[in-house]
Amino acid sequence: MISFSIIAAFIGDNGYINVTDKRPVNLDMLTIKLPLPALASITHRASGVFIFIGFAILIWMLEASLASEASFNGLKQYITSPLSKIVIWAVLAGFIYHTVAGVKHLINDMGIGETLEGGVLGTQIAMALSAVLIVLAGYWIW
Amino acid sequence: MVTAVTNFGRSGLYDWLMQRISAVVLLVYTVFIFIVVLLYPDISYQEWNGLFQMTAVKIFSLLALISLGMHSWIGLWCVVTDYLTERMIGKNANWLRFLVQAGCGMVMFTYFVWGIQILWGN
Repeated sequence: MISFSIIAAFIGDNGYINVTDKRPVNLDMLTIKLPLPALASITHRASGVFIFIGFAILIWMLEASLASEASFNGLKQYITSPLSKIVIWAVLAGFIYHTVAGVKHLINDMGIGETLEGGVLGTQIAMALSAVLIVLAGYWIW
Repeated sequence: MVTAVTNFGRSGLYDWLMQRISAVVLLVYTVFIFIVVLLYPDISYQEWNGLFQMTAVKIFSLLALISLGMHSWIGLWCVVTDYLTERMIGKNANWLRFLVQAGCGMVMFTYFVWGIQILWGN
């Protein structure tokens, strides 16, 4: 009887089984405390959206570096300005974070660090490693 | 009832796999570019251009471009189908999401053609 009522609750007005219908949803993001792996997940997404836009700059740099010797030298000159250094660093930071978080994801896919504790530890390692690499990238740019 | 028409490969499992294959391609390509740039900070235009004239590098770069398109389509699909929904932003969500996806698709296609032009145009 219980299982029947659960199934019945999933059947929508149109008669199709519709698991998205009529179930209460209580995901108020402002009242949910994000655990560290959840924070890593959302920032992984945010960094992905950010570098999707940032790729325009990277592809433009590739074009300028290959088009001609003059544009190659022009690019070398251009990227010495403080503003372009900040922009390049920001794109690289997003890229580094997204890459490290992605590698962590691939390691999780292999079944490593899938426990609750492992998830937190893996995220801590990924965030610390990203921070170190982002600082190194800044050091390299300046 | 069809509920997934804008995902990449019509199946979540296929998308899941393609997202990872493209990620690995992009990772290896990134490592390759970084090694070149870090090992040869004073690389000349002739050497840098010569590198990208090599067929192997062109093939690798095209593979990375294709992977970039796949990876960003699947990733952005995940993001927009989670946040640009009727529950999150209201009645016009489906149209808005479709427009955002169309815009992102145009950007991906632009990156792709632009990249080919850079690799083979000079």
